[in-house]
Amino acid sequence: MSLQEPITAPPPPRRRPRSVASGRLTSASGLGLGVGVLWLSLIVLLPIAAIVVTSFQDGLSTFWTSVSTSEALATLRLTVGAALLVTLLNAIFGTLIAWVLVRDQFFGKRVIEVIIDIPFALPTIVAGLVLISLYGPQGPFGVNLVGTREGVFLALLFVTLPFVVRSVQPVLIEMEQDVEEAAASLGASGFTIFRRIILPTIAPAILAGAALSFARALGEFGSVILISANLIGKTEVSSAYLLKLIESDDPVGAAGVATLLLIVAVVVLVVLDSLQKLTARRD
Amino acid sequence: MTETNVSDAEVDRPRVPAPTITKPPRAARRLRRGSPVARWTLRLIAVGYVLGLVALPVGTVVQRTFAGGLHPVLESLQNPDLLAAARLGLIVSVISVLINTVFGVGAAVLLVRYRFPGRGLLNAVIDLPVSISPVVVGIALILVYGENGWFGPTLTKLNIQIIFATPAIVMATVIVALPLVVREVIPVLEEVGTEQDQAAQSLGANAVQRFLRITLPTIKWALAYGVVLSLARSLGEFGAVRVVSGSVPGVSETPTLFVNDNYQQFGPKAEQAAFTMAFALMLISVLFIVVIALLRPKEQNQ
Repeated sequence: MSLQEPITAPPPPRRRPRSVASGRLTSASGLGLGVGVLWLSLIVLLPIAAIVVTSFQDGLSTFWTSVSTSEALATLRLTVGAALLVTLLNAIFGTLIAWVLVRDQFFGKRVIEVIIDIPFALPTIVAGLVLISLYGPQGPFGVNLVGTREGVFLALLFVTLPFVVRSVQPVLIEMEQDVEEAAASLGASGFTIFRRIILPTIAPAILAGAALSFARALGEFGSVILISANLIGKTEVSSAYLLKLIESDDPVGAAGVATLLLIVAVVVLVVLDSLQKLTARRD
Repeated sequence: MTETNVSDAEVDRPRVPAPTITKPPRAARRLRRGSPVARWTLRLIAVGYVLGLVALPVGTVVQRTFAGGLHPVLESLQNPDLLAAARLGLIVSVISVLINTVFGVGAAVLLVRYRFPGRGLLNAVIDLPVSISPVVVGIALILVYGENGWFGPTLTKLNIQIIFATPAIVMATVIVALPLVVREVIPVLEEVGTEQDQAAQSLGANAVQRFLRITLPTIKWALAYGVVLSLARSLGEFGAVRVVSGSVPGVSETPTLFVNDNYQQFGPKAEQAAFTMAFALMLISVLFIVVIALLRPKEQNQ
């Protein structure tokens, strides 16, 4: 039904294989593991290591210089700030949309379901083109958001729309409604029921979706570059700045900013993950 | 439906007042339907948000593509660079999907059925690419395989060009779609366990037979789903490819790069070409969504 990104949340309970003969590697599976790890090293581990190593290869001070130029700081402020704001909005609207899709029946609901998946399936540059044709200089409503932060923000909202919806939806479907009915019969208001019964159940899913949407917004490139016009200090996002650095032959600077982005992503993902565990336990 | 719920409540929650057991109380029925005002407000917000944010802009692109009628669209379909980009996109996607399918199934089997040191790490590394900016992926590849990268001198000596050539485009594409097949196949493998596999083994089936006749049929829908997801992702990748391809029209320009390059050229012809390619990619995306919607229920029925 849904076009989901690989890690959906909350992850299914990981069951140990019931009775793998031993679970120990045979010679064939050992060989497979070796080839897989080699491949993974070549395409993921080595390149990531190269980024971190390169950013520090000329010493810590070079790293600091490359991430603390005014342009770098401006892109980071914009990118992290916009990603946080987008994530917050997604948490609210995503939950609301998931709720309506699960609990409400209306004509055209299936169409909405398909439309929600479009931002996932659409190539990011096409998403960028889509947004600039509506909010660009030739847009039908005469609203021109090219080169504005609102444009950047809108592009991020567009590409991250499905994350929270698609992580909250399955949890809402699974949820038993009799607890809510019991609460209602005891006189709880709709808001109380939502706050005390529904929210605690779906909170881990909201946080998981939020984490995905933050990571995506932080690194987003294709959908943003057309509408942002890459104005230095105003609408230039970190990915665009990174591209500029590597194309102007400054691999150390690019690696430095990339490392900082990696650190921010890891920190926020760890925080959201522990929040998720916390809410899951309380529930 | 309501009756089963009520009898469940009877068993699980004896403290629920008597009326709830015999008949759903008015409050509960109201809850099921919700107050009309709240229901309509929520519905309008949700539908309005989705339509305004996604459907409206997408509709505008369709309108812009066909603003001059069908003729300009057909004309730009003759553009040799557009055709070359489409061909390159197809080749890169097919190779990447093949690689990721083989790797994905292998990694899923290893992760589910075997215990080995570093298993958790392997599991985490596979997910890494989705949390990283595609531009960072591209830069990382340049730092290792570029002219001045770690392997640069060796590759130059061997006369192998990776960056600014098709191999780098394939690598970038493989990385961004890396977890898609693995994450679809793992839950299914976990669900079925290994009894059938062991039974077959005791009856003398070898590893290849067991894989082809037991594992593959079990995971086929999940695999198909993962493959479609990977294909969509591969065809649509832009950021990582933008960094490593060099984007030479007709040579190393993928469909998404073609859209970008032509839109940035600001000529009416180039712009039409950009919109035509974007429209084609959009059609393909919607097709993927539909295929996936059809695949999902089959997988759940199993």
